Amino acid sequence: MDSALIPEGVKRCPTWQFIIWIGVVGAVMMWGVFAILLVYIKGLNQTNMNNAYGFALWIWADLTVIALGGGAFFTGFLRYIIGKDELKHIINYAVLIGFICYSSALLILGFDVGQPLRAWFIFWHANVHSMLTEVAFCLTCYFGVLCIEYLPLALENRQIDKVPFFHHLSHNMHEIMAVFAATGAFLSFFHQGSLGGVPGVMFGRPFGFREGVLIWPWTFFLFTWSAAAGGPCFTILITKITEKAVRKKLVKDNVIELLAKISGWMLVGYMVAKIIDTWYWAAFTAPSKGFTLMDFYANNPGSVYGIWILIAEIGVCGVLPALILITDKGRKNRIALFLAVLLAVLGVCLNRWVMVLQVLAVPVLTFENWAQYLPSWQEIATTILPVAYGIIMISLSYRYLPVFPQERELNPIEAPVSQTQEQLPEPETPPAGAEPEPSPSGS
Amino acid sequence: MFPFSFEWIWDMGHMVFHGGLWYALSIMGLGLTYCIIKAAVDTAKGKGGYHH
Amino acid sequence: MEKENSKKFGMVIDLDKCTGCGSCMVACMAENNIPFREDETDKLLSVSWMHVYRLTNVKPFPDTEECYLPRPCQHCEGHHGHSPCVSVCPATATDYDMDTGIVSQIYTRCFGCRYCMAACPYHVRQFNWWDPLWPDGMEKSLNPNVSVRMRGVVEKCSFCIHRYQLAKDQAYMEGRREIEEDEYQTACTQACPAGAITFGDLNNPKHAVYQMVKPDKKNGGKPKNPKAFRLLERLGTNAKVYYLSSREWVRRAGDNYLKTEGQAKHA
Ligand code: SF4
Ligand code: SF4
Repeated sequence: MDSALIPEGVKRCPTWQFIIWIGVVGAVMMWGVFAILLVYIKGLNQTNMNNAYGFALWIWADLTVIALGGGAFFTGFLRYIIGKDELKHIINYAVLIGFICYSSALLILGFDVGQPLRAWFIFWHANVHSMLTEVAFCLTCYFGVLCIEYLPLALENRQIDKVPFFHHLSHNMHEIMAVFAATGAFLSFFHQGSLGGVPGVMFGRPFGFREGVLIWPWTFFLFTWSAAAGGPCFTILITKITEKAVRKKLVKDNVIELLAKISGWMLVGYMVAKIIDTWYWAAFTAPSKGFTLMDFYANNPGSVYGIWILIAEIGVCGVLPALILITDKGRKNRIALFLAVLLAVLGVCLNRWVMVLQVLAVPVLTFENWAQYLPSWQEIATTILPVAYGIIMISLSYRYLPVFPQERELNPIEAPVSQTQEQLPEPETPPAGAEPEPSPSGS
Repeated sequence: MFPFSFEWIWDMGHMVFHGGLWYALSIMGLGLTYCIIKAAVDTAKGKGGYHH
Repeated sequence: MEKENSKKFGMVIDLDKCTGCGSCMVACMAENNIPFREDETDKLLSVSWMHVYRLTNVKPFPDTEECYLPRPCQHCEGHHGHSPCVSVCPATATDYDMDTGIVSQIYTRCFGCRYCMAACPYHVRQFNWWDPLWPDGMEKSLNPNVSVRMRGVVEKCSFCIHRYQLAKDQAYMEGRREIEEDEYQTACTQACPAGAITFGDLNNPKHAVYQMVKPDKKNGGKPKNPKAFRLLERLGTNAKVYYLSSREWVRRAGDNYLKTEGQAKHA
């Protein structure tokens, strides 16, 4: 039915199967949309947030998707600025994942604020000294960059590409992609960092507060760094899951391994910095405010915020995956690699959780207690929504766009198999991928 | 956001912040404009077009 | 920047006098049109600008002692007006006024991101989770000088700034430039039957608040009176609400200390 839209030379599942799949995921998404409507109509009382937990699941989700979407800027940075050419085989997917993450973040921010109709005040009445202002500006701009980066891929759809203008546009955009990638890296550096600055500058909250340089607390740099380390891990993780889901290899091992290796070393660096930061904070910053490390981790109901959380974040989900990823053996072993990227991603999620929720949970006034919070179903539904939305975006893009340049080479189709399969073009046609062939007359 | 809003002051913070912002926005805008114009010119010249 | 004649309104609360009756809370609710709901059991969802805490020394009988601690907004100055909450607000919806030292909140500007709530260590800032609704007829008793707030915005104690405006207007009409100490007093101050709350200009040596705590300007406003303390002094919030207590354990409860830090450290 939709075979005319499917890229040449690749096999996709039958249309009915695809429609059912989208329908199921779409239903989950509609559940989230329903919850959003409730929140919009009835207000934030639909959540289980309270005056102690002004930031909760949503802000965590925001920080997390942005960190994980960091794969787009960092892969782009490696590919276009550093010149790691192999990464061109995965950059499309990294950009797509980044696009999904950032659009989700903007969506969540859209209903997280108490007065959504005034959300534009953050731009109009900007307080340039607030970390959140910097986040809002850079986030929106960077989302623009991601749209620019995603657009040429969308234009490469077989039918759209037939229109000469779009074909040229996509080609020209690829030509100067390095400029956009550099802008993206610049913006990402600042908004990832500013998100780290959000807890870091709160000098009234000893769990989050950090010293730093000039106006930037150490968390600023740690967040950027962890996004650059964890983001590509998320890209790899999603690539692996996609490969499992469609039961074929989409990206060659050397590409994945290169990205894994770089992430591994980034993770090593991040872990060293994080451990120094934690030590300095525990030994100097917090005591200067009258807190010991264990004040932050003990005596809370159910040990939800026990010291286990620090061990999990730094040890199990930090040092361990870093060690796996920097060893050749670890990267070559499929299970170890999968485990490592999964742990690294969990580590980033955990870090963001701690830096949002634990900051608020720790009692600061001596006569107050730990604050407790469990998200409401509306919060959960709205947080699952971006996942469903992401799956739909990936499914659509995978089906209709040449996202994986190596797919054809890795999964050759022997002969026109079914009636839906069109006649294959001459076999030597290069795969339509991230780098379209320059137009014949251009040479 | 603009110098005419009343909370605006010409201090270091505003200059650095908005300098960075408008710098990034201009690069994006100029880049995109260049691509669109060049695509239009290429199309008008009837360059190759779709090559499959 | 702070000018020559700028004021620094502050409060001194004598915890030896406070009986925990809650009159200040009630007066504040009435004065500032604070919304309430039928079910106010979950205090983390309700709005109260002035909140009275109960402290205990956690000692077994017969050594058990209690103390009540009213907590309005501390109107933190931080360093040069860099209050924990003001500096973080992305929309400039809250401001530190260098002329009065009052941390204001612009309800129609706030868009409810709640960053300021996260930044305030005193849990002073509260969110309007619901639209305000008053029982039939009660809206007639609302204070016309204070705007009511819509759902989705943050609010907090304003040191009854509308009373300052009114006092200044009055003085202007009478051809005066300055207002007297008793012309601007907050509702809680006037309502306290024990006279535990004192309000005035901390920059003015003639005012009672100044004489009670003797703020040390060179030392970040720390009180020279050994009986006086501020909540969470060590965080550097530079609050303008001072507390007085003759009991060491109460003063110590005002801040966090390491176990190794001696009792004397605080005095
Ligand atoms: S007490 Fe809280 S709300 Fe009041 S000025 Fe200080 S930080 Fe801001
Ligand atoms: S909730 Fe309102 S006052 Fe508080 S930081 Fe956000 S916009 Fe500013």
